Amino acid sequence: MTTQSLDQLKRPIGLTGSMYMHALFYSLKKFNPILMVRNPVMFVVEVVSVLCTVLWIQALIGYGEAPAWFIGSISAWLWLTVLFANFSEALAEGRGKAQADALRKSRRDASAKLLNEPTYGSLYKTVSSIDLKKGDVLLVEAGEIIASDGEVIEGIASVDESAITGESAPVIRESGGDRSAVTGGTRVLSDWLVIRVTVDMGGGFLDRMIHMIEGAKRQKTPNEIALNILLAAFTIIFLGVCVSLLPFSLYSIEAAGQGNPITVTVLIALLVCLIPTTIGGLLSAIGIAGMDRMIRHNVIATSGRAIEAAGDVDVLLLDKTGTITMGNRMATEFTSAPGILKERLADVAQLASLADETPEGRSIVILAKEKYGLRGRDVHDIHAHFIPFSAQTRMSGINIQPEGKNGKRIIRKGAADAIRMYVVEIGGSFPSTVNLMVQEISRLGATPLVVVENKEVLGVVHLKDIVKGGIKERFSRLRKMGIKTVMITGDNRLTATAIAAEAGVDDFLSEAKPEDKLKLIREYQKGGRLVAMTGDGTNDAPALAQADVAVAMNTGTQSAREAANMVDLDSNPTKLLEIVEIGKQLLMTRGTLTTFSIANDVAKYFAIIPAAFATTYPALDILNIMKLTTPESAILSAVIFNALIITALIPLALKGVGYRAMSAAQLLRRHLLIYGIGGVITPFIGIKLIDMLLIFMGVCQ
Amino acid sequence: MLLKPLRPALVLLIIMTILTGIIYPFIITGLAQLCFPAKANGSFMINKGKVIGSELIGQKFISPKYFWTRLSATSPLPYNATASTGSNYGPLNPALLKAVTKRIDDLKGMDSLNNKPIPVDLVTSSSSGLDPHISVASAQYQVPRIARSRGIGEKQIQLLIEKYTEGRTLGILGEPRVNVLKLNYALDEFK
Amino acid sequence: MTANGIFQIILYLFVLLLTVKPLGLFMAKVFQRERTFLDPIFGPVERLIYRIAGINPDDEMDWKQNAIAMLIFNFFGLIIVYAIQRLQQFFFLNPQGMSAVSPDSSFNTAVSFTSNTNWQGYSGEMTMSYLTQMLALTVQNFVSSATGIAILVLFIRGLARHSATTLGNFWIDMTRSILYILLPLSIVLALLLISQGVVQNYSPSVEIPLLEPTRDVSGTTVTNQVIVMGPAASQIAIKQLGTNGGGFFNGNSAHPFENPTPLSNFLEMLSILLVAAALCYTYGVMVKDTRQGWAILAAMLIIFIPVVFCTYNAEISGNPKLSASAIDQKTSDINPGGNMEGKEVRFGIANSALWAIATTSASNGSVNSMHDSFTPIGGLAALVMMHLGEVVFGGVGSGLYGIVIFVIVAVFVAGLLVGRTPEYLGHKIETYEMKMASLLILIMPLTVLFLTALAVITTAGKAAVFNTGPHGLSEILYAFTSQGNNNGSAFAGLSVNNPFYNVTGGIAMLIGRYWLAVPTLALAGSLVRKKLVPPSEGTLPIHTPLFIFWLIAIIIIVGVLNFLPALALGPLVEHLLMVQ
Repeated sequence: MTTQSLDQLKRPIGLTGSMYMHALFYSLKKFNPILMVRNPVMFVVEVVSVLCTVLWIQALIGYGEAPAWFIGSISAWLWLTVLFANFSEALAEGRGKAQADALRKSRRDASAKLLNEPTYGSLYKTVSSIDLKKGDVLLVEAGEIIASDGEVIEGIASVDESAITGESAPVIRESGGDRSAVTGGTRVLSDWLVIRVTVDMGGGFLDRMIHMIEGAKRQKTPNEIALNILLAAFTIIFLGVCVSLLPFSLYSIEAAGQGNPITVTVLIALLVCLIPTTIGGLLSAIGIAGMDRMIRHNVIATSGRAIEAAGDVDVLLLDKTGTITMGNRMATEFTSAPGILKERLADVAQLASLADETPEGRSIVILAKEKYGLRGRDVHDIHAHFIPFSAQTRMSGINIQPEGKNGKRIIRKGAADAIRMYVVEIGGSFPSTVNLMVQEISRLGATPLVVVENKEVLGVVHLKDIVKGGIKERFSRLRKMGIKTVMITGDNRLTATAIAAEAGVDDFLSEAKPEDKLKLIREYQKGGRLVAMTGDGTNDAPALAQADVAVAMNTGTQSAREAANMVDLDSNPTKLLEIVEIGKQLLMTRGTLTTFSIANDVAKYFAIIPAAFATTYPALDILNIMKLTTPESAILSAVIFNALIITALIPLALKGVGYRAMSAAQLLRRHLLIYGIGGVITPFIGIKLIDMLLIFMGVCQ
Repeated sequence: MLLKPLRPALVLLIIMTILTGIIYPFIITGLAQLCFPAKANGSFMINKGKVIGSELIGQKFISPKYFWTRLSATSPLPYNATASTGSNYGPLNPALLKAVTKRIDDLKGMDSLNNKPIPVDLVTSSSSGLDPHISVASAQYQVPRIARSRGIGEKQIQLLIEKYTEGRTLGILGEPRVNVLKLNYALDEFK
Repeated sequence: MTANGIFQIILYLFVLLLTVKPLGLFMAKVFQRERTFLDPIFGPVERLIYRIAGINPDDEMDWKQNAIAMLIFNFFGLIIVYAIQRLQQFFFLNPQGMSAVSPDSSFNTAVSFTSNTNWQGYSGEMTMSYLTQMLALTVQNFVSSATGIAILVLFIRGLARHSATTLGNFWIDMTRSILYILLPLSIVLALLLISQGVVQNYSPSVEIPLLEPTRDVSGTTVTNQVIVMGPAASQIAIKQLGTNGGGFFNGNSAHPFENPTPLSNFLEMLSILLVAAALCYTYGVMVKDTRQGWAILAAMLIIFIPVVFCTYNAEISGNPKLSASAIDQKTSDINPGGNMEGKEVRFGIANSALWAIATTSASNGSVNSMHDSFTPIGGLAALVMMHLGEVVFGGVGSGLYGIVIFVIVAVFVAGLLVGRTPEYLGHKIETYEMKMASLLILIMPLTVLFLTALAVITTAGKAAVFNTGPHGLSEILYAFTSQGNNNGSAFAGLSVNNPFYNVTGGIAMLIGRYWLAVPTLALAGSLVRKKLVPPSEGTLPIHTPLFIFWLIAIIIIVGVLNFLPALALGPLVEHLLMVQ
């Protein structure tokens, strides 16, 4: 396993020349009618292409119902229509295939050390990873690849998971707790792990990922099926329209006493133009591309259904830490005790934090520098001894023993109650004014950090949760989309209220326990809402299983990943927002292209009807508002436009309709204008241009 | 599942048949005969104890001394009140042009000096084939012919037309029209 | 167009809109089993009916049970109408001694009246005894429209309820729509019509002397006129109110005894759309969002009004082939002008055009002028109103459930356009719903196109054509469009009282009614099970002008695109030939 494979996955795979070639090859394979029948619209096109080709051959040997060149051109363009549709699908699949191949390369056959007893130091035998089954216990040592997904039952080690996450920094895996899950295909860098295999061979995470990427095309989502039914209905109706047109034409010739019956070729051309080939041809590409977009955001969805559900989500449950806030508190202000100068407090607080490498500590140093111009000093220069934070004392600090001098300075900072205990213990007193300050700061949603030098309480440092930049805007975007955001936090109500207001979430759940999350999801669902959440810990698993869209962090436990229907390889909780957008984009792309496809029919009628009945009712030429040159050029132009529009829209199908945060009504107006009205107008222009080109090139005259 | 609805289906159908097929029309008939006996029985015009026609059903007139009604497509004779129907001629039907032309010729033949255009309702057939009315314009068009053949002044005929002109209901609904049968009776009474 | 003509149309729309809310609210009360002012009169009758019929008034049924009840009830009705026609010569109330109706005509008429189509291949005053008119036809006028309303009410409950299985009770909804809605309205309307001169009696025909003897085709002198009588008003009232349309006389509402004055015309025309329009409001009340009802009504009116004016304009422009200098087609205060062929003087052009569009939009099918003689554009407008699937007002009940199907399709595509799984009134629209909706929108065009195509290539089909040229195609297309959409109006030149048209038309009517009603109920059965999805910010509002526009676009695309080639070869080319 090298970092090369991870890069391949992480980087969006662009469309390369070879992918086009592959796509072309696969699109030829897709002409197989057995595969084609899954797509009723394009199946009809294929069948009539065959029919038209037969008519062409008939014309070649002199029994044509129309000039051979005309029938030939129509059938060529019909075949191209099918090819373009196949090509779009193959192209969409191509990306997934490339990604799957990259993954598969990384999953080579590893050997595994199968332990006889589930403890470190027990005897083992070396077996092939293929023979592993659920429940086996393995030993993995430094430098070895973990052969299967599993749970750490003993040991601690750093693991390179870049193959899956693309993150080059190693992660710690240890038994118990939330960091016990390991993934097959990742590599132990240091130390050793004893792992219990949690999946049977082939069911591992990497296998599932490959399977998912490759299988994206296989299962249709409910919404896709519903749309397919509607498209099939349109196809059947237009089939009826075209079939009945022949008798109508025959009758009209009798009634008018002139003209030739409409040819089968023209009927076929009309049929293909009327049935929704644009959306029919691109439908499966849209679905695959949606899956692909998820993958490019480093999110693996277990099903297309999950992606669609993401678009429908009404409520997002977001953990405060890491999602809404930076995850670290930052010092924002110094408040000194009565009789103490602020500068002194800042100076002492900075001293206490010089060696404190936690983000809180660093933020204190920076704040003192920014506010009071105090430069950071080197701990060694001042002969200081740093006291790190410990869970027992719940304080950190510094002891300074100036050389040759008395006046040892013992500085501590910590939570208010810890400092109070400490001060009282060493014989000092905790001023009641400081106590009031502490309460006030808590009320404002910040965390107070009390600073003490020797026995003297100097004041309080405000540590605040910093809300991530831009998050408020994102939430307001979500609100516009009709999605409610709910913050989940273990903080007390006061703090939670303040942060919720700052971040602009719609609601929050404070002092939340894991069970509360589950309860909250159930409540929302009972009210008919679709709930999305992210989670990583084992205790998140029930809530993840309950949520409609559950995104597990890849760093999370195995059980969390199993319970979720999506896994975020970047382990970025904010990803949920993108997931929702991708889900919406998927549906929107389908909707816009359907509208466009049907709207196109208007122009095609105007092109074909006057042409088809030119000999019977020349008066109908008034409908030829595009002033297409000849009946043949008119029909051919419509067919060519119908084929080319598919290729023209492939990029849109693969990329998805651009997403904008606006209300449903605004979105509808926008899309109806662009794809509805645009869909009516575009073909008039397109068909006219093609007609002019055909005449210019002398194909028709 | 299939047997259970049989009883309600059958019983309800019988009850509804009695209610809406017998009781309802009989009640309406009773009320009609009580409240509007003349209207309910065909709006007949009685002259000297004899029914002389219904004011709602038109009659055909062929002699120049009567106002002519519209064309009627009923068979076997025009204004056959047992077989109401329109001509059903489409606008391009040659038969329509023929019928219209013949009517124009008939009208002109009786009144060759009249060069005014003929109002369209007088040359077309009505929907029911029983239209008792013609437009005021059509009545006025026929005045010279009738005046001549009856030997009375056009003024008097105009006055009669005015008398038998029915305006729009409330001045809004429908079209002004002349009841031809009433007008022709009035003509006969007049002279 | 004249100022008076435009004013008549506006007045009509105004009065119609005034009735929507009160009547709609009243009907909602009826179907929600609330007390109304009619309870003291019909309450005891209702309870008695349930007792005799063995119906438990508290029983609810799922969609299948309701569908079976509806089908069995309609089947019995069909059998009885058929039997009465075949046996009428043996019964009383037959003063004219009418003989048995032919088997194929009886079949066609039986289907026609049970399916709320009221297509008439026969001529009323020459075929049916009074008993047949009353027991077979009037009764079906009531129960077929009540069936439509009942299906609608069951369907609405499917949308109004969530996480349920039952839709209500067909027997009860049907009984209540007759007792509390159709019967009272009919009584009022019948009396108003009689006051205008519509006949209502059981007398035999009356023979009266002609003022001037005339001659028949054979040249025989005729001195008397035979005037037919009958219980017309009671049947005409329900024929108009229940979107039935089957006339007592062959001339339908053009016959002076069926529609004697402009006022009777106004009332009959109002009755065509009265119940269908008010049901929109009922719908809004029952789904607890009256905006939905108004939105649907708005969509209907936005399609309806321009078509009315387009038709009015086409008809008043007259027939250029007649514009010889000898004829005055110009409209004035004393000359109705325009295309008067097949129109009555008392109604003039505006009322004829308005009626034609009202009757075709509402699947009523009664006429006060002959559509076959309309200008090509006027006839095209009537055809298009039916091609839209009889959802612009449509038949009582059936029109509204028809347009809701279109709403569901519109919601589905709009949902995709905004990136959200579509939902309507809190019900997610999923695969099953789309399956049913697709079935519903594809059956009508296929039936109409297939049967029209069959007729234009068979001798029997072509022989019936009366008008030559492209108009012949229009006649056949109109016949199957009308029957396939349960409208009942006709380009009456076509001779349809023969086995070919009676049988094919009967099939079209059966499909048009029942093949649509059953999937509609199935759809309701699926919707009623769904969990409520409460509306959120992301839910697409479906009562906005934008959505109404979209709904109209969907209706027009689905309706008109399918028939454009046929229309091009029929009325459209006829128009071009006419103005050439």
